[in-house]
Amino acid sequence: MENNSIIITNNLFKRFPMGKEEFTALRGISLHFGNGEFAGLIGPSGSGKTTLLNILGSLDVPSEGEALVLGRSIGKLNARQAARLRKENIGFIFQSYNLLAVHTVYENVEFPLLLLNLPSAERHRMTMEALEWVGLTDKIRSKPPQLSGGQCQRVAIARAMVKKPSLVLADEPTANLDASNSHHILQTMETLNRELKTTFIFATHDEKVISYLHRKIFLLDGRVDKDEIIRSN
Amino acid sequence: MKLAIKLAYRNLIGAGLRTWLNVIVLSFSFVVIIWLKGVMTGWDHQAKTDMTNWEIGGGQYWHEAYDPYDPFTLSESHAPVPGEFLAAVAAGEMEPVLITQANIYPEGRMMQVMLRGINPDQSIFQLPTRLLDSATDATPAIIGAMMAKTSHLSAGDYVTLRWRDANGTFDATDILICGIFNASVPAIDAGQVYIALDKLQEMLLLPGEATIVTFRSSDLPRQEVAGWVLKTSEELTRQVDEMIKTKSAGQSILYGILLLLAMLAIFDTQVLSIFRRQKEIGTYIALGYTRQQVVGLFTVEGSMHAILAAVVAAAYGLPFLAWQAKAGWTMPVDTSEFGMAIAQTLYPVYSLGLVITTIVIVTITTTIVSYLPSRKIAKMNPTDALRGKLQ
Repeated sequence: MENNSIIITNNLFKRFPMGKEEFTALRGISLHFGNGEFAGLIGPSGSGKTTLLNILGSLDVPSEGEALVLGRSIGKLNARQAARLRKENIGFIFQSYNLLAVHTVYENVEFPLLLLNLPSAERHRMTMEALEWVGLTDKIRSKPPQLSGGQCQRVAIARAMVKKPSLVLADEPTANLDASNSHHILQTMETLNRELKTTFIFATHDEKVISYLHRKIFLLDGRVDKDEIIRSN
Repeated sequence: MKLAIKLAYRNLIGAGLRTWLNVIVLSFSFVVIIWLKGVMTGWDHQAKTDMTNWEIGGGQYWHEAYDPYDPFTLSESHAPVPGEFLAAVAAGEMEPVLITQANIYPEGRMMQVMLRGINPDQSIFQLPTRLLDSATDATPAIIGAMMAKTSHLSAGDYVTLRWRDANGTFDATDILICGIFNASVPAIDAGQVYIALDKLQEMLLLPGEATIVTFRSSDLPRQEVAGWVLKTSEELTRQVDEMIKTKSAGQSILYGILLLLAMLAIFDTQVLSIFRRQKEIGTYIALGYTRQQVVGLFTVEGSMHAILAAVVAAAYGLPFLAWQAKAGWTMPVDTSEFGMAIAQTLYPVYSLGLVITTIVIVTITTTIVSYLPSRKIAKMNPTDALRGKLQ
């Protein structure tokens, strides 16, 4: 592993069966991500950004090549090991928030800590801290259907960040938000990145998100088209 | 597991009406199964008590030739009451009964009956035999309500009785119905006419003889007596046990249907949940669950319906079951013609074992039914699930 790299992909391929044919979503992706990066995978639909994000998040496995995340080869992990990697080290933020609708804001944010079997007092402290980061301590008893889109995404950020993971993967996090909410969310994530040194990797084609990125990786037809470092961490 | 239970509980409570509808259907199954089983147990208990009180006492000695299902044995199945019984008979602890075939002619029709001679002073049976001690111009007799109905006889009616004595000679006399009793034991009612024992012995020319001898207490050890067959109360009530067992087997079909309905609701909910909650399933996996753990969570969720149902069933079922045990269940139709020992009002009897067994069976069934559709999750692609893509 390269010095300070938490993710290394080496000649990564991903193919999906499509009837009798195969569709190649990723074609030889080789990338390194350092600790504390605020990077984005940018590209149009079908460029492979979500597929790459899923592999980095151990939700999927590469067809060929290697993806090392925090020193673990994704393709070689069994289901239990992959789940453990996600549980302990990776936070996810989704386009449509993916909050648990019947749980309260507090319960949604507390959820990853429950999986980590932390003691109740510790869970409470960490949950309230995460809710403070996103400014939602007054909504702890609300349920997702009672919140606005922006608030829901802030809950999702708090849920992703509550366990202070090494890596947060955000798939189109602002796609369902208006400009004001998008900026608010991005500022929150940028602050958390700066203060907690968490690596953020976005999959996006939203200009607002792109304007915040410190590193822009342009994907086209499953290949890295351009890799620009705007600001080093 | 603890976490799955916690999450399942949150999910169920959060699902609101959908959960409560299933829970109510399932709780209904709990209450009905326990109630019906209780009715059967109560019936069994009641039938045995009634048989003891009205027919078999603490047990009987039958003349060795006596076969209650073969009336032709009656002419041979009598003998003097054994000497070793006489002291107990004199003390009222044993009662001899003489049985013969006879005919009565109510409203000019001939009707075959069993004529039973019984001591008017006896206290082993609940039969109102004191009425046989009446001084009348005809032989006093008592009959059961079912017999009265089929023969169209009422208290105060006279009817001609014809019988054959020990020598085979026909004779006839008038009997007066001086009492009609209500009993839930058909064997002592349907086709039975009771007169005083000494009168029947005189009519049959069989002084001091009996067909069966009933003893009061089932607790005392009984010895074998030559020419007589000991029938314990367990043997005599075995038929009731077998009948109840047959009825219980029939009832199991009803339980099956009830459970099937409840399980259908659970199965449907599970299938719908897996279909509708794909994003949620994907989210669980993204947050660190394995697919097998999600299967476990959904299974616990489904089986937790049974736990909640037990709680709900306790809330409304306990008062209902307690009320039923006290007030009983009066059958909407006349039970006297059922041909079995069944009271008009049955009082359910419940046991802890019955309640626990019912809860365990329903919970296990619910768990299996919850698990079956949940297995689909294990085959789901988490990335598709996260997008809510139908799989």
